[in-house]
Amino acid sequence: MNNSFLRISIWVYLAIFFAYLLGPLVIMSVTAFNSSGFPRMSPWECLTFQWFGELFQDQRILNGIKNSLIIGAGTVVLSVAMGLAGALLLTQIWPKLRATYYTIIIAPILIPGVVLGISTLVFWDRINRMLGLGADSFLSNGIFLTVIGQSTFIASYCMLVLVARLQRYDIALTEAALDLGATHAQAFRKIMLPFMRPAIASAAVLAFLASFENYNTTTFTFGEYPTLTIELAQKVRYGITPAISALAFIIVALTVFFALLNEAKLKRQELVAAARKQATVEELAGKIRLPSFFAGNMAAVLLVMFAVATITVVGTATAYNPAQCIADVREQKQLEAETRIQKLRQLREERRKQREAEEAEQGDVQSTPKPSNNSGFGNVFAPNALDGDDGDGASDAENPPSNNGGSGGVFDPNSLQGDQ
Amino acid sequence: MSAGVGVDLENLWIRFGDFVAVRDANVNINGGDFFSFLGPSGCGKTTILRAVSGFLEPSEGNVLIGGNNMKGIGPNKRPTALIFQNLALFPLMKVWENITFSMEIKGASSAERRKRADELLEMIALPDQGDKLPSELSGGQRQRVAIARALCAEPDVLLLDEPLSALDLKLRQHMRTELREIQKRVGITFIYITHDQGEALTMSDNIAVMRAGVIDQIADGKTIYNDPATAFAASFVGENNVFRGKIKRVMGNEALIATNRSGDLVARISTANQGKMKEGDDAMMFIRPEALAIAPDGATGDHFVTARVNHEEFEGNAFNIFTEGDGGKEIKVSLPNLGQSFEDHTGQIITLEYETRNAVLVPAGELAAE
Repeated sequence: MNNSFLRISIWVYLAIFFAYLLGPLVIMSVTAFNSSGFPRMSPWECLTFQWFGELFQDQRILNGIKNSLIIGAGTVVLSVAMGLAGALLLTQIWPKLRATYYTIIIAPILIPGVVLGISTLVFWDRINRMLGLGADSFLSNGIFLTVIGQSTFIASYCMLVLVARLQRYDIALTEAALDLGATHAQAFRKIMLPFMRPAIASAAVLAFLASFENYNTTTFTFGEYPTLTIELAQKVRYGITPAISALAFIIVALTVFFALLNEAKLKRQELVAAARKQATVEELAGKIRLPSFFAGNMAAVLLVMFAVATITVVGTATAYNPAQCIADVREQKQLEAETRIQKLRQLREERRKQREAEEAEQGDVQSTPKPSNNSGFGNVFAPNALDGDDGDGASDAENPPSNNGGSGGVFDPNSLQGDQ
Repeated sequence: MSAGVGVDLENLWIRFGDFVAVRDANVNINGGDFFSFLGPSGCGKTTILRAVSGFLEPSEGNVLIGGNNMKGIGPNKRPTALIFQNLALFPLMKVWENITFSMEIKGASSAERRKRADELLEMIALPDQGDKLPSELSGGQRQRVAIARALCAEPDVLLLDEPLSALDLKLRQHMRTELREIQKRVGITFIYITHDQGEALTMSDNIAVMRAGVIDQIADGKTIYNDPATAFAASFVGENNVFRGKIKRVMGNEALIATNRSGDLVARISTANQGKMKEGDDAMMFIRPEALAIAPDGATGDHFVTARVNHEEFEGNAFNIFTEGDGGKEIKVSLPNLGQSFEDHTGQIITLEYETRNAVLVPAGELAAE
């Protein structure tokens, strides 16, 4: 009883935890497929892939991605090289200095990215001037500065990853290589580097992701080469469209894909190693019968499911045309709007009649209540009117914000649509 | 003397800060010899090996290989190959790649390497295992791969740093014979580091017994065992019963020693100390358990010891009697099991006898820790 309660609590906790972790990503991804002009899940209008199309037509986003990739590659090379050098030094340095050295080398992680960005800019600008170079020199190039600026702290992350692996390295392996006639360079290249390869790969991925998502430092250093994060931040200032959701969905999908791919590969290596251990000499000498790729490999199964899902989605996207649905939604909205207008007209008519009757009674010609009535209705109908507009998306030439404005604006678009 | 390349250590000192790891070592190792450094852990034997292989520069003195001074020559330029204590096989390379690493360095083709690897795998009795990873081999197989890898470099001197210590007893005994055979086959100088006196005695042509950075004795196994030069060598190599006392009278190569608890006993002065021991010196007499025998009751003289039996044990090949001894340390008597009947002596006082040539007298000194 108590035990089952505990178990249920754990599951509930897990559900909440994962909802908290993944919920925003899921919602953002879903909004990428809604035809609504503002990224949202409800009300669901139409399944559409138009935002992906729009994303790939947005030159600023594409340019941002390109710059991010270039800077990411540069940062990976520089950070991993510096991280490896730092890690090697940490294992070689005089033990008494080790703690101090470690603190110094870790410090950039603790320094705010904004400070690193400003100091990078100031420092290289000063060097640029000392060398007497102009404002368009290599040293003030946005890509150069961003790579340098990001690497100041990403190299520290890389070092941490590499040190963890290096601590498991047996220095006797290098000694054995030297003893067998290798030079120090050969021992490093043939023995230590292959040993470090998995950690170098991890560090490279980490460095790339850290570079790709960096904003704080980059915002000071990008110059004429805005990265994706910079472009996104600038875009958000002028309003957000589901094209951003589409980009988010692509990034999430790619991340899941590579995570699964890596997991499947690791699992496969494990299985192969296990099979090799069991294999007899004859089997090894002859052809090794590898276990089927999927046997006991959950990640591989998921990967294949993922691939199938991707193909399905892409296939649907090319074949599917939401125009009919969008048209239906538009029509429905127009109908709704028309009925509303009818009602409004009726209401107005009734009031006019009432007023006329009153005027006839009082002989007083006062039209003051009219605007106040309009604004009252305007508040009620404004969101719906907005929906109608957004549903039309880019094809609609009208400007939604204007609807929120004057009281007359409430009626204008609806009546216009009704006329169409 | 065979054709191999000899190794000489001349006045070798190695210090780490204030700590002296090796103190004035002078060793001549003949070419083609199987030479062992034997000592407890921390005695500096691995340090000597690292100095020979070039990973360590001596603080003073010289290392000569084949008569050439090795000062300033790195490990990759010396004609030595070292077999590490943990073997240090390259974990990411297959067995054949491991074995022929020294050829890869020299730029040999893959086919050449394969061919040489197959020859060496044949020699170490691991044919067709070349495509495995080291982690897929057993301890003894890894051991042999490490030897093959070292031999592939065609060194003049093979250095072995306690290579058998990680193996279980059966395998260790098997590998002893195998190592010795390999050494005889390839005919190069082997320098072997061990704390296991059994390994040193069974395999070596010559043994250097080391204690705290000092070489106590260099001799062949029989001499070390039968005619130790110091109390440490006598107590470290094999089991030994010690009798402490003062020399009462020196009679040529023999001496009468007034022991602390067993009266006056006669002993042979060890060869290394002949002429150096005189009356009144503190001395130690060592008698091996198997050199003691039970004497008829009531026998007295300078080669009889009486003692009360504490306990007895049956070891299979021998029957061991432990009697009270000198300074809390028991005297062990080992009677070979030749099918005779053993009576229980526990609690009785028995008389033990020995032959004078089996009792070795050395100057009093530090004993090996149990």
